[in-house]
Amino acid sequence: MKTLIKGGRLVDPGQGLDEPRDVLMDKGKIEALLDPGGKVSTGVRTVDAKDCLVVPGLIDMHVHLREPGQEYKETIASGAAAAAAGGFTAVACMANTKPCNDSAAVTDYILERAKAAKQVFVYPIGAATPGLSGEGMAEIADLKEHGCVAISDDGRPIMNAELARRLLEYCKGFDIPVVSHPEDLNLSAGGAMHEGYISTQLGLPGIPAEAEEVMVARDILLAELTGGRLHLAHVSTAGSVRLVREAKSRGAAVTCETAPHYFTLTQEAVRDLEYHTSTKMNPPLRTQEDREAIIQGLRDGTIDAIASDHAPHSPVEKDVEFILAMNGIVGLETSLGLALKLVHEGWLSFSQLVERMSVAPARILGIPGGTLRPGSPAHVTVIDPAREWTVDVAQFKSKSRNSPFQGWKLRGRAVQVWVEGKKIV
Amino acid sequence: MALLVKHMLGLEQVEREDIETILDTAASLQEISYRPVKKVPTLRGKTQVNLFFEPSTRTRTSFEIAGKRLSADVVNFTASASSLSKGETLADTARNLWAMRPDILVVRHSAAGAPHLLAKLLDTPIINAGDGAHEHPTQALLDMFTVREKKRKLSGLKVVIAGDIAHSRVARSNIYGFSKMGAEVWVVGPPTLIPPGIERMGARVSYRLEEAIPDADVIMMLRIQLERGAGSLFPSLREYAIRFGLNPARMRLCKPDVLVMHPGPINRGVEISPEVADGPYSVILDQVEAGVAVRMALLYLLCAGAEHEDTDQGRT
Repeated sequence: MKTLIKGGRLVDPGQGLDEPRDVLMDKGKIEALLDPGGKVSTGVRTVDAKDCLVVPGLIDMHVHLREPGQEYKETIASGAAAAAAGGFTAVACMANTKPCNDSAAVTDYILERAKAAKQVFVYPIGAATPGLSGEGMAEIADLKEHGCVAISDDGRPIMNAELARRLLEYCKGFDIPVVSHPEDLNLSAGGAMHEGYISTQLGLPGIPAEAEEVMVARDILLAELTGGRLHLAHVSTAGSVRLVREAKSRGAAVTCETAPHYFTLTQEAVRDLEYHTSTKMNPPLRTQEDREAIIQGLRDGTIDAIASDHAPHSPVEKDVEFILAMNGIVGLETSLGLALKLVHEGWLSFSQLVERMSVAPARILGIPGGTLRPGSPAHVTVIDPAREWTVDVAQFKSKSRNSPFQGWKLRGRAVQVWVEGKKIV
Repeated sequence: MALLVKHMLGLEQVEREDIETILDTAASLQEISYRPVKKVPTLRGKTQVNLFFEPSTRTRTSFEIAGKRLSADVVNFTASASSLSKGETLADTARNLWAMRPDILVVRHSAAGAPHLLAKLLDTPIINAGDGAHEHPTQALLDMFTVREKKRKLSGLKVVIAGDIAHSRVARSNIYGFSKMGAEVWVVGPPTLIPPGIERMGARVSYRLEEAIPDADVIMMLRIQLERGAGSLFPSLREYAIRFGLNPARMRLCKPDVLVMHPGPINRGVEISPEVADGPYSVILDQVEAGVAVRMALLYLLCAGAEHEDTDQGRT
C-alpha cells in the first residue's frame, strides 16, 4: 500500500529543497514528492505531518552497541530501538565489542542480530588491526565485502604512524574510509578530564587539547601523503577545527564529526555536577572557546557530521570514583534534541542540520540514504521542531542511563521514523 | 553554634565566616589537651567513623585523638581503594557503614571527588581528610590556626607554598583558605609541577625560591614524592634538592620572623634540610598540635549542625 506523508515541510539539502511537499512512498522507496494540497488517490494511506519537518532519515555514524560481549550495557536490539526513538534510520557501530569486529564472522553476526531487531539499519565498522591491538592489519577487504562501511580501532588510536600510513594507503584500494580516534596516548596518559583551570581546581589529572590536535595533524599529513580517505572521529577542540579547516582548504580528503556534548557542554560540567561520572568521556569536555569553535565548524562545514558516540555503560562502570569510571555517555536519544538547540539558537539552519545528521554521514560511509529523491529508499524522519520534552533517562530505550542531560528541557524531537517505507516509530 | 556548610568537603565552598568560627572554636578547645584528664563529654554517644582508603598515620591518629578527647566513639575503617575489577565499590562500602548509623564520617581517599560521591549518597556529615590531588581542608585549617597563633593575624601576610603543587591537595586547600582570610599566596616549583590555571585560584607563581621567599611571612614546604624523581617531571632528587630545597643558605634571605611549615611527613635533605626542619623558624610540631584542636572543633561543629538540623526537621 502506498503511503503519503502529508502536510509537512520537506528539508532535503541534497536536492536543494526546503519547502512544503508531500512524500509518497511505495514498496520501500520514495515514489514522488508532490505539491501540497493535491488530491489523494484512493488506496493511499495518508499520514499527517502538519507543522513538522520531513527529512531524509537521520544517520548516526558513530555508536557503540556493545554486542557481542557486553549485552548488559546494550544489545544491538536495544541500541537499534534507542536509535529509532532518537529519530535515526541507520547507525554505524564501532568495532570494540568482545570479541571485536575484526573478522567477517563477527560482522555477519552483527548484521544478523540487526536484521532480527527489525529496527534501523546497522552498518558495522570493522577493526583496523586484529584485536584492536594497534599492530598489523585486519582483513579489511574481507570485512568490507561482508558489510563493513569503515575501518577503525575507535577508542584506541593507531599510535604507530607508519601503520596509520599503510592503513590509509591500503584502504584507498577498497574505497573504504579510515576512522581515526585522534589521541596521542602519551600526552593523554592518566588523564580524566580536560587539562586546564578546572582540572587543577578539582585535582584531576588533565588531558590537554594538544593530545587530540597532535594526532589530528599527523593523520591529516598522512592522508595527504597517501590520498587515503580519513575521517576524524569526535573532534572536540578549536585547534582540531582549525587544522581540519586548513586541510580542507588545501583539498585534502578529510572529513570529521563532532558529538552533541562538545557543542553543548564544557569542562565546567565536571565541577558543576560535582565529579558526576556522566561528565566523563574521551575526548573530554573542553572549554567554552572550544565549544564555540565546534559550533563555528558545524556552521561553515569544516565539521561534516554530528555523531553521538553513543557509549552505554552500566552503573558498575559509572557509579564509582571519577578517576575509575569508564569514559562515555549514551547519546542516541538526545542527539537530535541537542542539535535542534543549535537551530533554535540560530547557529544552524534546518537544512544544515539535515546535512550534518543525514546527508554527510551517508556520503562519508557510502551507504543508502541522505536524500528523499524519488527512487531512493524510503528512510524518512519526521521531526516536530517545537515539541517540548524533558530528558528522562528512565524512559530511554537504551539499556544504559549514563547521560549528563537528565532533566534537561529540550525543544523538538522525532515523531515518526520510517525505514524502507515501514513506520518503526 | 553551627557552620553554614553541612559537610567539610573542601575550603573552596567555605565562607570566611565559617573558617573564623572553626579557628575560634579550635582555640577554645585547645586547652583540653593540656588537662590532666584530656576528655570532655561533648560528643558522648556519637559515633565517628574514620574511613581511610589510603595509608595515613598522622591524619588518622589526629582525627582519632580529636574524637576521643570529645568522648565520641571512634571507629577506624581502613581499606584499600577498590579497583573496578575487584572488591566492594566505594558506594557499597559507604551504604554499609551508613546502615550502622554513624554520626560523622571522616574520609581519606586517593580519588579526587570520592567524599563528594559519599555526600551524594549519605546524609551523615562528611569531613574530607584528603581526596587525591583535590583538597585537604583540615590540613589548611590547622595551618591557618598555627599561623594565626604565631602572627596574631592572617590578613596581609605573604604565604609561599613550594614544591609539587600539581599533585598537592594541601596546596589547593591552603590557597583557598589563606586567600579567603586576606593573605597573599605564592606557589613555587619547577614549571612541570605547577598546574595550569593555578593563578585563577588566587595564587602568584614563581619558578625560583629566591624570588619568592625574601619577604615571605610563611614558607610552606611540600613533601616531594620520591617516586616522581625519576619521572619526566624533574630530573632527579639531587637536582630538586639543590634548586628547590629549603636550606640554611636560603633561610638567610628570609625575614627574621618567618615561619617554616611542612604538612609532613618530611623528606629530610630533599625539600627541607634537617637544620631548617629542626631550626628556630620551624613550627612543624605546632602544626601537628594544632591538628588535634582544629579537628576537635570541626567534629564538634558539624555534629552540632547535624543535631540542629534534626531538631528543625522535628518541628516542621
